[in-house]
Amino acid sequence: MPGGRFAREGSLVGQVVKIGLLGLFTALGVWAVLPLYIGGNWLGIGLVVAVVGLVYYVYLSKRTVPAKYLVPGVLFLMVFQIFPVLYTMSTSVTNMSDGHRGSKEQAISAVESLSVTRTADSEEYALTVAAVGDPETGELVFLLTDAEGDTQVGDADGLSELAGATVEDSGKVTDAFGYTILTPAEVNERSGELEEFAVPTGSGAGIRSSGLSTAYEGRALRVYDESCDCVTDTETGDVYTADAERGAFYNDEGQRLPQGWQVNVGADNFARFLFDPAFASSFFSILLWNIVFAVAVTGLVFVVGLAVALTLHVPKMRGKVFYRVLVVLPYAMSSLAMYLLWRDMFNTDFGVINQVLGLRIDWFGSVWGARAAVILANVWLGYPYMFLVATGALQAIPRELGQAAQIDGANPWQAFRQVTLPLLMVAMTPILVATFAFNFNNFNAVWLLTRGGPLFSDNSTAGATDLLITYTYRLAFNEATAQYGYAAALSVMIFLIVSVISVTSLWRSKALKEVD
Amino acid sequence: MSVDTVRTAPTRYRRGAGTRLSLWATRLGWRHVVMWVVAAFALFPVMFVVSAALNPLGTLSSSQLWPTGASLDNARDLFSNTPFTTWYANSLFFALTNAAVTVLLSALAAYAFSRMRFKGRKVGLIGLLVIQMFPQFLAIVAIYLMFSSIGEYYPVIGFDTRWGLLLVYLGGALSINTWLMKGFFDTVPKELDESAQMDGATHAQVFFRIMLPLVTPVLAIVGLLVFISTINEFLLASVFLRDTEAKTLGLGLYQVVASSRNANFGMFSVGAILLSLPTLIVFWFLQRFITEGLTSGAVKG
Repeated sequence: MPGGRFAREGSLVGQVVKIGLLGLFTALGVWAVLPLYIGGNWLGIGLVVAVVGLVYYVYLSKRTVPAKYLVPGVLFLMVFQIFPVLYTMSTSVTNMSDGHRGSKEQAISAVESLSVTRTADSEEYALTVAAVGDPETGELVFLLTDAEGDTQVGDADGLSELAGATVEDSGKVTDAFGYTILTPAEVNERSGELEEFAVPTGSGAGIRSSGLSTAYEGRALRVYDESCDCVTDTETGDVYTADAERGAFYNDEGQRLPQGWQVNVGADNFARFLFDPAFASSFFSILLWNIVFAVAVTGLVFVVGLAVALTLHVPKMRGKVFYRVLVVLPYAMSSLAMYLLWRDMFNTDFGVINQVLGLRIDWFGSVWGARAAVILANVWLGYPYMFLVATGALQAIPRELGQAAQIDGANPWQAFRQVTLPLLMVAMTPILVATFAFNFNNFNAVWLLTRGGPLFSDNSTAGATDLLITYTYRLAFNEATAQYGYAAALSVMIFLIVSVISVTSLWRSKALKEVD
Repeated sequence: MSVDTVRTAPTRYRRGAGTRLSLWATRLGWRHVVMWVVAAFALFPVMFVVSAALNPLGTLSSSQLWPTGASLDNARDLFSNTPFTTWYANSLFFALTNAAVTVLLSALAAYAFSRMRFKGRKVGLIGLLVIQMFPQFLAIVAIYLMFSSIGEYYPVIGFDTRWGLLLVYLGGALSINTWLMKGFFDTVPKELDESAQMDGATHAQVFFRIMLPLVTPVLAIVGLLVFISTINEFLLASVFLRDTEAKTLGLGLYQVVASSRNANFGMFSVGAILLSLPTLIVFWFLQRFITEGLTSGAVKG
């Protein structure tokens, strides 16, 4: 049994530290439970209690010595790496995107409350626009005061009581616990969001703002009817029927309401980029370039790094240390800043590369110019690492081996090729695989240089230097409509491709078999 | 006798001045030529950024490979027109804290993997290798959605906060680093810690007093690698930190050249040098460990 060999009781200092850390952890657990309790999230509370219990069990038991060393890292790994991976996988089989974020109920209440119009008997409220948390990004809420002076808070789910707010004479709320009141400038900045915001008040009614300080409660023009599972537009008479497969309401002409809900679409996202011609062509062209990029960069940094290492690998060379420092310099510079620097060095009009070489090449405007530029910049940043590794590996190989081969009649090239290189590759293969995997997903390398561009003339979403990861990022965060489901499916595909390539090559190099 | 003397030590040459020179050229001279070419390739972007940082006009269009003047105007602009010090402090906070905590978490796990035999050990090791093929930023969509709701419950670790992003970074603490460390831990003779156990040391005492001092090189190398990658991390930070004040220096510099690329180039160059400075310093101190650390971990798996 592991742990059995060790002394049973730790030192006094050890015990005190242990008790202190456990106490700190318990306090953290209590802190974590409080907001969950207020929000009524029992699943969350259960999880926190389970984690605290697990930690107590592991550190108080005498039988779990390996776990004592693994738990801290593994907890982080589970919460911030494995859980997101599983979440990505579950998102990849949904249609989640802007317009398909929540449940069907949320979509219905959004449809109804957004079509609210003022009627003759509409009730008026004094309005204060506020946000939960950060004024720029927090969820919008309406702080409302009705004619009797009662205050309420309205969010996308409906109205609730607001107690203990400070109200001025005009009826505007000037302070409310838990909400950040937006200044007129901040409201203005979020005016687009405000236009699409309404508080549903049930049975086809809702509250919308009219200007910055008043709101009204009106009737919805579009009303959901459960019996037909459809939305009727009372003004135009159009009927929009729910489509459970696509997660939106469609009318007979096939027009949809903008507010949809999240549904499971199975393997549709995957099928789309494998078989749908429009998506498949961009996916496969990006994949091909992605592989070419990763292979080219890995190959070139290996060749350059090894060549430099071999050049310096002689006993009687002067200035070795000096050369080493110069050659390794790119590795010690911040790559993020250097990518941005290279981007400007390739500038057509003022870039130092065109200037020095007397060229007028539009590097980032042409497909192959941009690709060459991206590869060149990455070789500059990457070869010093290979040089360091190759130097280390060369030092581990006895020089006598190569000399013996030459005495046996081999020329230097043969001796290197037949004797030194195979030995070198034993050490270098895992590094090469890691470098390949790293470059396959080297987001910075492309995003900071070209942002994936230039875009192909016949395709507005895929660029000539786009890697799958930059394409995914653009789909999820940079397009007009964020397609989370599709982006997640791409992430899963990238994971499969990289892990299959890496694991097979590691397996063949026997690195994995030696785990003991 | 080296490889090269075997190749080029023919007895038929008389050792006159001319032949000595050609002998030197074939043995060492060409190597110096190659190294000068490589050094020039390595240096020219660095020279350009230094020259642009000193350029009095501070624009991209006026920047040359050789410095055309020396002025600190760009540095002054950077400090007065942008929240440079806040950005810099943020970057250093992330890089240093992440490096320190990652080294600790990784070393703890590597100690267990190297010295103890338990159920699920092999699965755990291979699992670590596979899970890091799904780098965190591939799950960026999920992390974004996850923190949208975490931020509602716990504003202190929500978007635009240091602690939130740090937690995300720490999710990647056990990764290839743990393998690198385990490889190095394996090279420390078992007899050392076993004899300490015989003398009555607890496992914690063995770890902190015996193991850690012996594996300093690999701790240093992992710390350096994490430091470098955190300083250069862009994707997670750009999704997480949207407030100007909360940004890291990398994000801030990106913004500086995004808004006005030509005019702000001098400011950017100063920032680029300052961003590289901590890495250069750490690199300089750790360089004797680097080659050893990089290769020994890799060879031993």
